[in-house]
Amino acid sequence: MKRLNRDEMAKRVAADIPEGAYVNLGIGVPTLVANHLDPSKEIFLHSENGLLGMGPAPAPGEEDDELINAGKQHVTLLTGGAFFHHADSFAMMRGGHLDYCVLGAFQVSVKGDLANWHTGAPDAIPAVGGAMDLAIGAKQVFVMMELLTKQGESKLVEECSYPVTGVQCVDRVYTDLAAFDVTPDGLSVREIYSDIGFDELQKLAGVPLIDATQNRRAA
Amino acid sequence: MINKTFESLQSAVADVHDGATIMIGGFGTAGMPAELIDALIDQGARDLTIINNNAGNGETGLAALLKAKRVRKIVCSFPRQTDSYVFDALYRSGEIELELVPQGNLAERIRAAGAGIGGFFTPTGYGTKLAEGKETRLIDGRHYVFETPLHADFALIKAYRGDRWGNLVYRKTARNFGPIMASAAKVAIAQVSEIVPLGELDPEVIVTPGIFVQRVVEVPQAAHRSKSSQAA
Repeated sequence: MKRLNRDEMAKRVAADIPEGAYVNLGIGVPTLVANHLDPSKEIFLHSENGLLGMGPAPAPGEEDDELINAGKQHVTLLTGGAFFHHADSFAMMRGGHLDYCVLGAFQVSVKGDLANWHTGAPDAIPAVGGAMDLAIGAKQVFVMMELLTKQGESKLVEECSYPVTGVQCVDRVYTDLAAFDVTPDGLSVREIYSDIGFDELQKLAGVPLIDATQNRRAA
Repeated sequence: MINKTFESLQSAVADVHDGATIMIGGFGTAGMPAELIDALIDQGARDLTIINNNAGNGETGLAALLKAKRVRKIVCSFPRQTDSYVFDALYRSGEIELELVPQGNLAERIRAAGAGIGGFFTPTGYGTKLAEGKETRLIDGRHYVFETPLHADFALIKAYRGDRWGNLVYRKTARNFGPIMASAAKVAIAQVSEIVPLGELDPEVIVTPGIFVQRVVEVPQAAHRSKSSQAA
């Protein structure tokens, strides 16, 4: 079965982010999206620790320990970028000023509930960071994840079994096999990236899906 | 003449009492006032409640304070990191209490304290474990959770340059929690790379006005590795 690797998924997400957008890329896989944004477009990357206009990693030897991203990796600031304190940074999320955020996930429910902060395992040390603020803050919340767990279970679920990060907050889910929109009628398949058909995808996803791939082709 | 500058780190933290609530700036190690924390360890206060975004990295700074077993409770958003093993061990052995707060709620609770706000309704965390037992309200069709302000006895923060009135400017992403923590503590203590004469900081770019800062200590920093370090 054909499937996208993480870079290919990141490329699909990047293609849907328009010029002028204010965007937060979550820690982990979503940071790959930055590598695929069209360099001819001006897109503003926000980092929760207080910068807008985040640029790529610095050249070796140019790292500055006081210029880092949310994942605490060294980054750069683009010309025109800005620094601000934490309360302002989260006002940008919570206040609805961010256009997009891209997050990883353990599970997404058919209603758009997101679980991505805690496995719920009794011995796990909980850590939430900015995940709950991002989930409810950005105008469009995109999730990037493999459709299936390593055990072959679908991460699209009727109800999240992991503790939720936000309720009815996800707008779109990009996976290695297909992209889905969360709609009032349920999960709608935007595009299939694999060589499987809708019926096979439906079987793997394990939750009711709406086939909207024709609309997209027509558009 | 008003002079908020202190000659030594030791004198700046001398009156921190056992059981104090202390805000410590920084996001990871960026903006963490490591030298002030070392002075606090030497000073010996214990049974502390610490408010920080994280719970220490490696064995220096906040992690060293935890390792010295001076901390009873930590309020933070993201304790678990690849190098948070000091906290991890204390937490697993039940030697430290954790209050986990979503990062934006942490920032806004600190801001609210500094701004004299008695609490606020936020959409963050609604319907999650971290809002269990909290008051909620439906406002214009959206669900909100009531959160209370976070006050502190002391704030230890790191800024870039300061003057004898306590005006501060910061450097790059080391700013993070510094400005809001300064406003939320009874006594805000800032370590700065350089104390400059009054009037040298451009009033148009002062980030933290001196009213929020009680003590300033100069701690020269080793040259930052970046070539563009003149942020102020």
